[in-house]
Amino acid sequence: MHFTINGNAYEADIDIRTSLLDLCREHLGLTGSKKGCDHGQCGACTMLVNGRRINGCLSLAVMHQDDEIVTIEGLGTPENLHPLQAAFISHDGYQCGYCTPGQICSAVGMLDEVSKGWPSHVSASLGDVELNDSEISERMSGNLCRCSAYPNIVDAIREVAEA
Amino acid sequence: MKTFTYEKAISPEEAVGFTSVGTKFIAGGTNLLDLMKLQIETPEKLVDISRLDLGRIEDTSEGGLLIGALVPNSDLAADARVREKYEVLSRALLAGASGQLRNKATTGGNLLQRTRCYYFYDTALPCNKRAPGSGCSAIGGFNRILAVLGTSDSCIATHPGDMPVAMRVLGATILTLKPDGDRRRIHIHDLYRLPGDTPQIETMLESGELITHVELPPPPPGKQLYRKVRDRASYAFALVSVAGVVSVENGVIASAQLAFGGLAPMPWRDATVEGLLVGRAPSDAVFAHAADALLALAKGYGSNDFKIPLAKRTLIACLRELTA
Repeated sequence: MHFTINGNAYEADIDIRTSLLDLCREHLGLTGSKKGCDHGQCGACTMLVNGRRINGCLSLAVMHQDDEIVTIEGLGTPENLHPLQAAFISHDGYQCGYCTPGQICSAVGMLDEVSKGWPSHVSASLGDVELNDSEISERMSGNLCRCSAYPNIVDAIREVAEA
Repeated sequence: MKTFTYEKAISPEEAVGFTSVGTKFIAGGTNLLDLMKLQIETPEKLVDISRLDLGRIEDTSEGGLLIGALVPNSDLAADARVREKYEVLSRALLAGASGQLRNKATTGGNLLQRTRCYYFYDTALPCNKRAPGSGCSAIGGFNRILAVLGTSDSCIATHPGDMPVAMRVLGATILTLKPDGDRRRIHIHDLYRLPGDTPQIETMLESGELITHVELPPPPPGKQLYRKVRDRASYAFALVSVAGVVSVENGVIASAQLAFGGLAPMPWRDATVEGLLVGRAPSDAVFAHAADALLALAKGYGSNDFKIPLAKRTLIACLRELTA
């Protein structure tokens, strides 16, 4: 099977059952995306497929051979951080850090959804969307943090959204 | 996960042609893959329908919408026409799952989402839906999230969806293609089946029948609302949900359409309840009468008894808002 991940082409000889998450972690050495629940409940595996955030654990790799996949490794490097990576550091948006790659990929996708004007469950109106703290919390509810760094995660995302 | 063979279809006709006994279609896969990991679903073949040209939302000549089965939940919720004319649908979609899941979950697949009953998920215990004839562990077990209407001695599972509740209140029609080439139009009122003694059969769809579109009639008059009551503020299934469309003219309720989630094995609708509202001036007494009628045949199973008063109160609150 062939894949495009973070702009790089990969070939992999994998079992038909392999998830996008396991492809990255177990076969391509891209261990940034994390396995939490493996059932779409925690969001630690969040990655971007054609620019949209999805759960890598609930995706069959075989179905995504023609897609552009971006993981945390494709967003920034230690020398050149993505603005959300820098904001998570400056706001202390984590403790153990296990959920962080998924949080950041999810936030990238979420901010794009906001830029397209998508409403959320807490939007008072289905018309214009304004990103406040309750909007950020609602839109990020698919990413759990067992350390409960939520207030600082919201701070980090708000800073990037307002930049 | 049990292994399977895989076919990628390029047309609906090819997709249904690939089907045989033990075949499942896969599009978003967010429910199916979860169940396959637990070996609750063990398809012999997956037919990948994710690249079929069924991803558009089009205006119909009748003034409604024709929604392709592959339109993701996110896109449907965000569509300008849905936000303006079918607010109840947009609100129901946004109340469901998470941003990541809504980006993958499709319109067709979401209609067929399977129950979240704990015992359906626990392969170590009996479940008539998962293993027909093995018994129901939920009756007499921990059934807080399960049904109080439409249940049977075989199964008290709830349908977990939000979108289908809105689709039911709007009177959607499901368009399908069968392996023999026949196309069917199935009203959503007829799509789902009550468990009876065959809870493993959840819809009237036949083996290999593919949902291609969902058609919405023109938007109904009146205010629209979707209210979901759940154990946490986001990313949780409904304990009770209400989809309502109610119009008031000259101080009298002119039309009322109501559907309910979290209460039954299917998105629930009760014409008697709607009939008790139409022609009446809105008042708490009228609302309470309708709420009592909705739950008249309800049966609690212990830890879900609370759903009966909760559903009544939620309906009354929704009717106040819809008629304000």
